[in-house]
Amino acid sequence: MRIGVLALQGDFHEHIQSLRRLGVQGAEVRLPGDLDGLDGLIIPGGESTTIGKLAVTYGLLDAIRQFGRNHAIWGTCAGAIFLAKEAHRPQPLLGLMDIVVERNAFGRQTESFEIDIDIPALARTGNGHAPPYHAVFIRAPLIESVGDGVDVLATLDTGRIVAARQGRFLATSFHPELTADDRFHRFFVDMTR
Amino acid sequence: MEKQTGTIAVKRGLAQMLKGGVIMDVVTPEHAKIAEDAGACAVMALERVPADIRAQGGVARMSDPDMILKIMETVSIPVMAKCRIGHFVEAQVLEAIGVDYIDESEVLTPADEAHHVNKHDFKVPFVCGCRNLGEALRRIAEGAAMIRTKGEAGTGDVVEAVRHARAVLGDIRRLQTMADEEVFAYAKEIGAPYELVNETRELGRMPVVNFAAGGLATPADAAMMMQLGVDGVFVGSGIFKSGNPAARAKAVVEATTHFRDAHIVAEVSKNLGEPMVGRQVTDIPSTELLAGRGW
Repeated sequence: MRIGVLALQGDFHEHIQSLRRLGVQGAEVRLPGDLDGLDGLIIPGGESTTIGKLAVTYGLLDAIRQFGRNHAIWGTCAGAIFLAKEAHRPQPLLGLMDIVVERNAFGRQTESFEIDIDIPALARTGNGHAPPYHAVFIRAPLIESVGDGVDVLATLDTGRIVAARQGRFLATSFHPELTADDRFHRFFVDMTR
Repeated sequence: MEKQTGTIAVKRGLAQMLKGGVIMDVVTPEHAKIAEDAGACAVMALERVPADIRAQGGVARMSDPDMILKIMETVSIPVMAKCRIGHFVEAQVLEAIGVDYIDESEVLTPADEAHHVNKHDFKVPFVCGCRNLGEALRRIAEGAAMIRTKGEAGTGDVVEAVRHARAVLGDIRRLQTMADEEVFAYAKEIGAPYELVNETRELGRMPVVNFAAGGLATPADAAMMMQLGVDGVFVGSGIFKSGNPAARAKAVVEATTHFRDAHIVAEVSKNLGEPMVGRQVTDIPSTELLAGRGW
């Protein structure tokens, strides 16, 4: 199995390391041809405007949409923004997921935070019980609203949505690639099967 | 666990999100917009670009907070700002107005010749310059969450950026070949805390993100630094002192992403207009070099 990680900008190397811990080979994707033969794609954290502009210039917008017709795609933070259909700002988006995101929803960097959240969907990767998930939010977006057919996987105490799945597509506002907890990467690897 | 802000993980984490990107020096909101449109992953607000500081002389200080706030209103990408080495009140001011990262920078005139800012006291993360591994680890011990090699700002001459990146990365490679007992002596020799030296040895890299800075002026300069092994690049005077800042900024961003693809670096290097007028580092009297500030 080979899972691609969009390597235009951001913490793609951290995702590749997380995959390696699971025995899965990660491949850097910078050009449309790099998608050939991959079983899934992760869009990492980074700056969504930077990633979007580079994706447009190098023909990746349509290539990734095409790839998404029969492959799983997961976006973390900037990647979740990039997957969304709407982000309230003029910037290139894939529009693959029926979610609306609010960028920098918690404020600037001094409001970035770590917190434990409950994610019942992760129970299937263990023995039916999911200990709290330690999530790192960095200048993070929120998923403001989701359309029909989108499952909400995690919310904060305030009820605001921070993880969602729509069929082959997964979006998280936080960064599983920054922690040693591999459950989200396992969850995504299962989605690619 | 309750919600926690200002932790080491979120401070170092923001730098991880900047990896593979270009951080551009900007003086005005107009500059910041050009940088964001070109694909910069962050902007660095400062009073004058280093080439002007070098040309005009005088004391270089933190930017006007109002100018920084206008830059923050103009762009959605992270906004960094520079404070003088050791000037903890400039740092407090920058934290108070909400910048995303503070660069305690040798490009500004140092405010303290013995002490850097105690960066653990702040919720906002700091990036600091270095010329070698010892200097980098001393800054991390003081709380820096990101490191950049210093190079020689405002020259357009990449030679010092290369020297410092090779020094840091070479030091790390040598460290990995050392026997356990040699690491204690090495830590003493480079004047860095043993724990951080050993952590770097085990990781095979510093525990924080490391960008290159100081003298980069072309797409090829950026790609070269990336191939040497840094995590991303800062470009200062190289963009806004060139003939066509928008085109050059976009080209540097693309060369940084596709740094191993010489065909793309060639393509983006075409027709960029005049590069900044450089100044060879070897022609600059040692008293005017900025990299020697900080210790």
